[in-house]
Amino acid sequence: MTSTRSVNPLALNLRAVVGRAYPRIIGANREPSWVFFDAILPLLGIAAYVFIYEGFFRAPGADRTFANAMIGFVVLGGTMTAFWMNVLWSMASQLYWEKEMGNLQLYMMAPMSRMALLGGMALGGMFMTSTRAIVTLVAGVFVFGVHFDLANPLMILAVFFATLVALYGMGMMLASLYLLYGREAWHMSALLEEPIFLVSGFYFPIRAIEGVGAWGRAVLFGAAIIPATLGLDALRQLIFPGFFGGKFWLLSVELEFAILVVLCVVFLVLARVSLGYLEMLAKREGRLTSRHQ
Amino acid sequence: MDLAVETQQLTRVFTQRRKIFRRRRNGENGESEGPVTALDHVDLQIRDGELFGLLGPNGAGKTTLIKILATLLLPTSGIAKVAGHDVTKDPLPIRLKINMVSGGESSGYGLLTTRENVWMFSQFYGVSSKTAKARIDKLLHTFGLWEKRNAKVRNLSSGQRQKMNMIRGFVTDPDILFLDEPTLGLDVNASRVIRDYVKSWVKTTAGKTVLLTTHYMMEADELCDRLAIIDHGKILAVDTPENLKRRLKKETTFRLEVDPLKDTSRFKTIPGVKNFSLKSDGGASLEKLTFILEDEAAVSDIVSEVVRQGSKIHHLQKTEPTLEDVFISMVGRSLE
Ligand SMILES: Nc1ncnc2c1ncn2[C@@H]1O[C@H](COP(=O)(O)OP(=O)(O)OP(=O)(O)O)[C@@H](O)[C@H]1O
Ligand SMILES: [Mg+2]
Repeated sequence: MTSTRSVNPLALNLRAVVGRAYPRIIGANREPSWVFFDAILPLLGIAAYVFIYEGFFRAPGADRTFANAMIGFVVLGGTMTAFWMNVLWSMASQLYWEKEMGNLQLYMMAPMSRMALLGGMALGGMFMTSTRAIVTLVAGVFVFGVHFDLANPLMILAVFFATLVALYGMGMMLASLYLLYGREAWHMSALLEEPIFLVSGFYFPIRAIEGVGAWGRAVLFGAAIIPATLGLDALRQLIFPGFFGGKFWLLSVELEFAILVVLCVVFLVLARVSLGYLEMLAKREGRLTSRHQ
Repeated sequence: MDLAVETQQLTRVFTQRRKIFRRRRNGENGESEGPVTALDHVDLQIRDGELFGLLGPNGAGKTTLIKILATLLLPTSGIAKVAGHDVTKDPLPIRLKINMVSGGESSGYGLLTTRENVWMFSQFYGVSSKTAKARIDKLLHTFGLWEKRNAKVRNLSSGQRQKMNMIRGFVTDPDILFLDEPTLGLDVNASRVIRDYVKSWVKTTAGKTVLLTTHYMMEADELCDRLAIIDHGKILAVDTPENLKRRLKKETTFRLEVDPLKDTSRFKTIPGVKNFSLKSDGGASLEKLTFILEDEAAVSDIVSEVVRQGSKIHHLQKTEPTLEDVFISMVGRSLE
């Protein structure tokens, strides 16, 4: 070859991350209908719970601070749901769809690192979902008149970001795993959605599961490796500190934060290893491309 | 002279997948069962700066070869090297230097504009945004896509999309470009623009190599410095288009237009007939036959066979061999 190329790998991969995140960040917000579908509609799901708690706690003689806490609880959970849905439905099956669309082979052929590909997807998803979540949150606070106590904003931010990274790390891992599965990926996501929805406690304090019986503890243990569960519990502790005398919290905020950080690392490493392995397998079996040209 | 591509005994076997995922492949004789040998001990050398063509019927193994060279598929056995690096052991330096465009591919995201889409792909190669944008604008003009620069990709016609794909291929300024049927389904003008650009790119820039597959003989003849004819995963011949045609000079080519024939199997048994092909123009009433004859005298036997079947000869001509005739002589059927 006559031309020699010197590309700084770090610069290349940073560009790749931005490039891959771009369609999510720009493209997805290009059609204004998302405000309605992705930000306003989720409020309906939240509203159902809000009205239940209203009924309970705004009865004559009930403590109105509980009402605010419970409703804030649900609004927060409903907002975080957006991230979970994005990870499960969009991130996890992303590589599979890219394969169907014919993009995957172009991605795999490029000299970028596989983590840049996954990272760009995740970053784009996070950004896109954040814009939606913020709209939902603001609308929720406004419509339902919730009062948040932001006494420790730094810790709240730290927990929030650790939760996001762990969640999207999980999404990156699922994306790699789904690569080799065809349409089954959908069934897998559908299968996971409801149980994980339940054990993540989007609409109730997660510790309440314990009261259900002996298996409650086992479920709690399983729930603890789902970043959404821990993150949400920690965020709620930080925002509604005195809630129910602290009886319903899972673990201490510090411990939950520490586990989240560990989960970030574990999921990212697993994502990298599994994508590397599955890419090799796909190249061996001729399954990187679904289109037969 | 350096080699852009080199393969040694390159073999790729596809084993069938588990039942639920089995897809029907395009074997003519329902040959979808059992393992398929897509490439069979292929030895190939493509020089730096060459515009090299792969010519072969459907299922010959062209795309398989390109995918292996593009580091998207592993060989079953044998060696493939691109720019001196082994595709299995050392894909990264290869990826920095190559790009690939396939006919009819749909790449990118419909919500992005043409410009944004190409820019996105350039980022995966670490091209700086400034350089990328300058190249994109230049290429948009070259390929006549400038008016569509801000159109969303989902609103492009398939020809416009294909032009965008070509721009995607050139925007990273690769040293080696793989083009898998780049003019598939394009109109005459668009094909011409693409051919001219590819040709001038290889000829005027030092160290640029193109490996191209095509079904269009004219394209191969016009563009390629050298050609490999491939069928059933085997390379049948590698040479310049001129030399390939010269090989046929010893043989004679006859073209006939006749009323539809009932049975063409007997032509093959006539002494002196090396190979022949038959084309019927869909609904049209005439059939076109091309014969490659080792012995010119065989033509009288051919004529009597046509007449014996009660068919009428509308046209009979002895011609100079074209690349297509070379192909018929080697593969035993025509391409188009
Ligand atoms: N992923 C795959 N799994 C199984 N078989 C495959 C796969 N890809 C290709 N094949 C088989 O390998 C053979 C060669 O296919 P290939 O796509 O390389 O042909 P081609 O020369 O590009 O044909 P065309 O002109 O139709 O594009 C075919 O018989 C095909 O069925
Ligand atoms: Mg092909």
